[in-house]
Amino acid sequence: MRNLVKQIHISKRTELPWYKAWAIRGVAILLALVACALVTMLLTGENPISIYITIFEGAFGTARRTWITAQDLAILLGISLAVTPAFKMRFWNIGAEGQVLIGGLATAACMICLADTLSNGMVILCMILASVLAGALWGFLPAFFKAKWNTNETLFTLMMNYIATQLAAYYIIVWEVPKGSGKIGIINQSTEVGWLPQIGNQYLLSIVVVVILTGFMYLYLSRSKHGYEIAVVGESQRTASYAGIKVDRVIIRTMVLSGAICGLMGLLLVGSINHTLTTTVVDNRGFTAVMVSWMAKFNPIVMVFTSLLLVVLSRGASEISSTFGLNHSFADILTGIIIFFIIGSEFFITYRINLRKSVEKEA
Amino acid sequence: MFDLVSFIPRAVMQGIPLLYGSTGEILTEKSGNLNLGIPGVMYVGGICGVIGSFFYEQAVPAESMNAFLAVGIPMACSLLGSLLMGLLYSFLTITLRANQNVTGLALTTFGVGVGNFFGGSLIKLTNSEVPSIALSATSAYFSKSLPFAGSLGWFGQVFLSYGFLAYLAVIIAIVASYILKRTRVGLQLRAVGESPATADAAGINVTRYKYTATCIGSMIAGLGGLYYVMDYACGVWSNNAFGDRGWLAIALVIFTIWRPNVSILASILFGGFYILYLYIPSGLDLSVKELYKMIPYVVTLVVLIIVSMRKKREHQPPASLGLPYFREER
Repeated sequence: MRNLVKQIHISKRTELPWYKAWAIRGVAILLALVACALVTMLLTGENPISIYITIFEGAFGTARRTWITAQDLAILLGISLAVTPAFKMRFWNIGAEGQVLIGGLATAACMICLADTLSNGMVILCMILASVLAGALWGFLPAFFKAKWNTNETLFTLMMNYIATQLAAYYIIVWEVPKGSGKIGIINQSTEVGWLPQIGNQYLLSIVVVVILTGFMYLYLSRSKHGYEIAVVGESQRTASYAGIKVDRVIIRTMVLSGAICGLMGLLLVGSINHTLTTTVVDNRGFTAVMVSWMAKFNPIVMVFTSLLLVVLSRGASEISSTFGLNHSFADILTGIIIFFIIGSEFFITYRINLRKSVEKEA
Repeated sequence: MFDLVSFIPRAVMQGIPLLYGSTGEILTEKSGNLNLGIPGVMYVGGICGVIGSFFYEQAVPAESMNAFLAVGIPMACSLLGSLLMGLLYSFLTITLRANQNVTGLALTTFGVGVGNFFGGSLIKLTNSEVPSIALSATSAYFSKSLPFAGSLGWFGQVFLSYGFLAYLAVIIAIVASYILKRTRVGLQLRAVGESPATADAAGINVTRYKYTATCIGSMIAGLGGLYYVMDYACGVWSNNAFGDRGWLAIALVIFTIWRPNVSILASILFGGFYILYLYIPSGLDLSVKELYKMIPYVVTLVVLIIVSMRKKREHQPPASLGLPYFREER
């Protein structure tokens, strides 16, 4: 064993051509899917092909399911896009969960408190403003302390998640309908005040918003001056400040943008999709988004595919759980397996493994 | 009147899982690994213990259970489960040099998923005929307190009314603190976390220290999950009942500024925050209790900010926290 360890020599690769890198990732995903099928087979006793047929059925089986898959994809992709600029800057924002939730809370606040005083159009305008501002505030706070005092942003944003959760829990009880139920229920069910307008069908609005956002984020990161500054700060803060980039300002500006987009996703979740607020409305997507963005190497276009993979898998896994009477957390297990494989595959893209042949001579 | 004698034992019982989690995470972070997978590890630690004792209770009728096996099997399963989680994290971040934040979050998703999945499907998967997972016989062994504790009045209630895992948590925290501060191993471990390149040059095996610290840290954290199910929850597993305690444990690491001995009192304090709303008269307004639950997080945030503002060297996180180490990139 010791001998074997000595024979392996690991060195950093020079740039790998993109098609080879993606081939390695493709193999990793294939292996991960095989592993997922094996795990499912052990637990349900079905053969792998019918497992994947069930997954596909669960995600695309009917028109309605396809629309819901697309809508889930839109929300996950939107949150992933939101966290991406900060990550590119090496700012580890794991607070998307809280930023989305606080945006949703602001939306619900406008829907509930302004419904009687303002017209529908004005309420919606207030909702948009409030959700974006709330998300931006949740992004601004950790960025401000990071820029001024280098406070650890991972831990800061993590704490902000729970502050948002408890704030939401507090207001849910304040606004609960009926009293004592611990739930808000559908907001303005009879009047539909503050419900975002439907275009085509009830799913399309979020999808269109996120499609526009994807294009915007792609251009913002790769073609704008801001995007360039973000990339430089991410590579080296020292280089950035030598080049005359005000690092503090870039950090704060980028996080405000991240938070604002998260807030916008909160608006969609509460104003257009659920019409209600629960503390679990974000459903851990704030954390999943971190992985989606990272797996796509911060490229907005690739993110469409990574989030599609996770969404299809998770909807398929719930279908499997329903069919076999298993618990719905099955999806989380499969998600975990896929991500472990992709994380692992990055090593083989960045590093080269050489086997030394003549150990004795060297020793 | 604030009933301190009944408040403290409940705060302690809330605090013990946090103490396990934070002690484990402190050891891990001292080696430079920021393991955000701790919440997942604690779920796995809990559910593996449940699975172990579930099979044992199914196989042996409650009267003929052996106390040693009833405690030993769940503990061994729990330790094994969390060790595997620790190994997975270590392999990905240390050997494959993957990003620690992403790996940690994936580990949490995976671990919480494993916990809830097996918690929710164990009965179905084993085709057994019990209505729910209630391991009361095993739990009785875990929560057994000293026989004379009841006869000592308030002293017994405050100090002696807990199961053995609670005392074990305190012992582990003290030992961890001693090792980190006073031994050569601790010094070398801290060196690895502060500057792996320097440690490497001094002849310390960086990889081995990181692996060992992360795996032992995971095993300690996993025991927190076991304590929660077996002692606090009386052997009843319900999905998501463990909640966000894992993240609270990570918050404690900052709150105590990376010192396990401080964590003993701090975790009880956090446990107290968790149930404070039960003791503060808020009338009929239930909403206020949600604001009280926010206190631990706000306090942690304030500590985090103050520590970063004061910039005292001994209060900073390990310098290489979150960074992978590659010898040839120095």
